[in-house]
Amino acid sequence: MSFSIKKDGEVVVVDVEGQLIVGNRQELKQKVLDELERGERKFLIDFSQTGYIDSSGLGVLVSLSKKIREQGGELRLANLNDDLKTLFELTKLDTLFQIADTRERALQSF
Amino acid sequence: MPAIADEERPGDEVRVVEVDIPSDVRLIERVVELVRRECQELDYAQRQIMLNVPVALTEALSNAILRGNHDDPAKHVHVRAEVDHVRLVVEVADEGEGFDLDASLIDPTTPGNVDREDGRGLFLMRKLMDRVERIEAAHGSVVRMTLRRE
Repeated sequence: MSFSIKKDGEVVVVDVEGQLIVGNRQELKQKVLDELERGERKFLIDFSQTGYIDSSGLGVLVSLSKKIREQGGELRLANLNDDLKTLFELTKLDTLFQIADTRERALQSF
Repeated sequence: MPAIADEERPGDEVRVVEVDIPSDVRLIERVVELVRRECQELDYAQRQIMLNVPVALTEALSNAILRGNHDDPAKHVHVRAEVDHVRLVVEVADEGEGFDLDASLIDPTTPGNVDREDGRGLFLMRKLMDRVERIEAAHGSVVRMTLRRE
């Protein structure tokens, strides 16, 4: 499990590879907060290579969403597979996040 | 290294995974994979293999390590899973005093709670498993989860 970060124009794109769970959520949180600290304001987290997410992973996404918003930034999520969509629907987090079907659509939505 | 025993009984098609790990959240994924692999071998539904089992078991292990054992690496978590063509029954035992499952009924989906950062663990266990119960143990706390195969 790992996270890769790259820039696409003004957007910081984070790929979550593997699981986003209690054992690695802090790593994702710190990487995004570091970028926020550097002045970045547009973030896209792409889940096309993600296995599963647990409650603490969801909690980190909620936390990052708040912190980015507090700094006047925006967060988008993209490429949730059917199981991840179910997870977001069960927890009603699909109502909290802006979720795009593809990375391209997410990038266009900023 | 944690002691890991993987016992298979092909005669009655019950597969048993029994694992004992120190309290270290980095070991959760390995345990989940052992249980998930047995469900896959017995043709459980893809959704159960990719969502229900890994997420619910991760929550149970996380609770046991962080709440039950207070992240103390000297304390262990014991997992026993029995998988057959009908159901998965998995028990997660820690060395703590446990917690009241029924007292932890926060609904994280209400408008006032949906933007909380915590409070989804037990909710997800209940949503993703058919049954979640705390069972009596001489020492520590044991949570048993049951999922019927689809």
